[in-house]
Amino acid sequence: MTSTPLRPFARRLWTETKAAALAALWISLLAFPLMILKINNLTGALDPQWSRLPKLAVAVFLGAYLWRFLLRRRSFSAVSKVVAEAGGPPPAGPRPTWVDLIMKTRRRKPLLGLVLAALLVLPFFASPYVVNVMITALIYVTLGLGLNIVVGVSGLLNLGYVAFYAMGAYVYALLGHYFGLGFWLCLPLGALSATVMGLLLGLPIIRLNGDYLAIVTLSFGEIMRLVLTNLGVTRGPRGIPNIKPPGFFGVDLNGAPKAFLMRTVDLSPAMDLNKILIYLIILALVALTVVCVFRLENSRLGRACLALREDEVACQAMGVNRTRAKLTAFALGSTWAGLAGVVFASQITFINPSSFTFMQSVMILSIVVLGGMGSIPGVIIGAVVLILLPEQLRFFSNYRMLIFGALMVMMMIFRPGGLIQSAREVYRHQPAGGGSNDGSSRAADGDTGHRPEKQAERRPAHA
Amino acid sequence: MDLFWDLFMSGLTKGSIYALIALGYTMVYGIIALINFAHGEIYMIGAFTAVIASIILGSPAVGLTGWGLMFAVAGLTALYAGMYGWTVEKIAYKPLRGASRLAPLISAIGMSIFLQNYVQLVQTQNFLVFPDLVPPMDFLKPIAKIINPTRFAILLFTAGAMAALTIFIKFTRLGMAMRAVSQDQTMARLTGVDIDRIISATFVIGSVLAALGGLLIGCSMRQIDFYIGFLAGMKAFTAAVLGGIGSIPGAVLGALILGFAESFAAGYVSNAYKDVVAFVILIIILTFRPSGILGQPQSQKV
Repeated sequence: MTSTPLRPFARRLWTETKAAALAALWISLLAFPLMILKINNLTGALDPQWSRLPKLAVAVFLGAYLWRFLLRRRSFSAVSKVVAEAGGPPPAGPRPTWVDLIMKTRRRKPLLGLVLAALLVLPFFASPYVVNVMITALIYVTLGLGLNIVVGVSGLLNLGYVAFYAMGAYVYALLGHYFGLGFWLCLPLGALSATVMGLLLGLPIIRLNGDYLAIVTLSFGEIMRLVLTNLGVTRGPRGIPNIKPPGFFGVDLNGAPKAFLMRTVDLSPAMDLNKILIYLIILALVALTVVCVFRLENSRLGRACLALREDEVACQAMGVNRTRAKLTAFALGSTWAGLAGVVFASQITFINPSSFTFMQSVMILSIVVLGGMGSIPGVIIGAVVLILLPEQLRFFSNYRMLIFGALMVMMMIFRPGGLIQSAREVYRHQPAGGGSNDGSSRAADGDTGHRPEKQAERRPAHA
Repeated sequence: MDLFWDLFMSGLTKGSIYALIALGYTMVYGIIALINFAHGEIYMIGAFTAVIASIILGSPAVGLTGWGLMFAVAGLTALYAGMYGWTVEKIAYKPLRGASRLAPLISAIGMSIFLQNYVQLVQTQNFLVFPDLVPPMDFLKPIAKIINPTRFAILLFTAGAMAALTIFIKFTRLGMAMRAVSQDQTMARLTGVDIDRIISATFVIGSVLAALGGLLIGCSMRQIDFYIGFLAGMKAFTAAVLGGIGSIPGAVLGALILGFAESFAAGYVSNAYKDVVAFVILIIILTFRPSGILGQPQSQKV
C-alpha cells in the first residue's frame, strides 16, 4: 500500500505474495505440533525435527500461488459458461485431447490393432518383473472399468468394491483348496458369485440416496474383510496359500513350450510361462471388458443409467424403472470385480484378507476419478498411471497414498471430469439452411424430418 | 451381574465417545448435506495432539499435574483440532460449493486419506502409548466396582461438552443462525446470516468435539495409532444415521444405542464380530428406516 501508483500486475503480485505468505504461516502453525514435534516411540519424549519447518513453509508458499492461480482460472471458465448459457457468445469449445484425436482418425482400427499386437507379444520379450507389473496394471484396468459402470455411468458411489473383488479371489482359492477345482471353471463361478452378491446387497440398498449408498457399501466392504478374517474356512489372516495357476489343456507350460520359446524368441530363463498365460488371459479380459462397457454405454440400460444419474425424478416420470436399471448396473460392475479377483488369486498364488482393505477400494476409485468418470480411455490411463508410476518411482511409494489423497481433492476441485473427460453424445438439430448451431436448438427430436447429427460434447461427467 | 454391569458401563462410555464424534457429522450434514469423511481423522489428530500437548505441559518446565494438566491438554487439543477443521473446510469443501453431490464426497475421502498418511509419515506408523492423564479420584474408591476414574472422566467430559453445545445452539446468536441455516439456507441468507461463517463455525465446533473424543479414547485405550480415525469415524457416522442424520439429540441417542449394542455383542456373542454388529445395524436401519430414529423423512422436490 504505497502512495505511488503501482502497475496492476505488480499490485496483483503483491496481493498474491501476501496471501501465499499468510497461507505458509498458517499451515506452518497448524502443522507445527504434529510435524515438527515428533514423538520418540521408545522414550516417549519429543524429538523435534526442525529441518522440516522451512521445507514445509517454502512448499506451502509456492503451492499457495499455484492454488490461487488455478482457482481464479477455474472461476473465469465458470463465468464464461454462465455468459454462454445466458445467450452471450458461446465459449470456445473444449480443445480436443490427444486421445480424441486418436479416436477420431480414420486409421483408429489399425492403430488399436497395432497396440493390441504389441501388448500380445510384449511378455515374450520382457522380463518377468515387467510381466508381473503389467498383470497388476491390467487387473486394475479391469477393476477400474467395472467400477466405472457403477460410479461413472450410473453415479452410484460404491466404496466397498473390494468386497466383490475379494469374493472372486476367495471363490477360486477356496474351491481350489478344498475341492481342487481349476481356474477355468472358477472364472465364471467367481464372476457369478460376485454378481449374485451384488444383487443381494443391491436389492435392499439401491434405493438409498448417494451418500447413504456410499456408506453402506463401505460398511459392506468392512464386513466382508472382518468375516474373512474371522471365519474358519478362510483360515483367517493366515490366508490361503498355493493357489494353482490356470491350466492350459493339461500342458506343462514350463516344460517343452518353454524350451521351445527359449530357443526361438530368446525367452528369459527366469520367466514363468504360467505368468505369461495369466497375462494373456487378463489382456483378453480387458479387451472383452472394453467392448462390453462400450456397448453398454449406448444400450438401453446404459442410457437409462446416464439419465438416472442426471435427474432421477424426471427419469422416473419418463417411465424408466429406476430400481431395475440401477440394480443391473450395480451387479454388472460387481461381475468384473469377481473376474479380476479370480485372476488376481491365480497371479499372486496366496491371498489373505489384508489384500482387500478399504484402501484397495479407494485405489480403484481413484483410478476412475483420476482417469475420468465414465470415460473408457480415461480409466485405462488412470490405472496405468496409478499402478505403473509408483513402480517406476520407488522413492515416491512412501508418499503414494498421501499424494493420492491430495490428488483426489485437487481433481475434484480443478478437473472434476478427470484426465480424459468422458465425451457425451448429444444430438444437435441441424436447421435446413445449415446455419449455426446455437444452444437453444439442442434437441433430440428425430421426427422433424432432419437427421440429427451425432456429435460429441465434452463436459464433466457429473455436472 | 458383574459382567453385565461392566458391559453396561463400557457401552455407555463407548457410546459417549461415539456421540462426541457423531455430533460433528450430524451438524455438518445438517448444514451442507455433506458426509465429512475427514471427520474421523480430526479425531485421530486430536488424540495425537493430546499426546504431544501432555508431554509439553506435563514436563517439569511447565509442571502441570492432575486436573490442571487434563484440562490444559483438552484446551490445547480442542484449539488445534478446531484450526484443522477450519482449514480442511477451506481447502477441500469450500471450493466445491454448488458442485454435484459426488464431488465433495470424493474430495472428503481424499482429505481423509491425506490426513491419515500425513500423520503416519510425520509421526509414526506404530502404536503410540497414550500417557495416563486421568488423575486418581479417591472419592470413587467406595464405588470402584461400579465405575473407575477413566470412565468417570469420560462421562464427565462428554456431559460437559454436550451441555455446552446445547446451550450454545439454543441460546447464542451464532447457534440460532446455525439452526436457521440448517432449516433453510436461502431464507437464512436473506435475513442477513453469513453462510460462510456459519459453515466454518460448524466445522470448528464439530472438530473440537471430535478431538475431545480422541483425547478421551486415548485415556481409555491407552494406545493410539494413525488408523483409529477410520473405524471410529465409520461408527460415529453409523450412530448419526441411526439417530437420524441432521438431528443433534438423534446423534447422541444413536451413539448410545450403538455403544451398548457393540459392548453387549462383544461380551455375550463374540469379540471378533463386534465391529460387524455396528455395520449390520447400519445396513438394517438404512434399509427399513433411512431417515433414522429421530430424523424427518425427506421428500424430493422436482
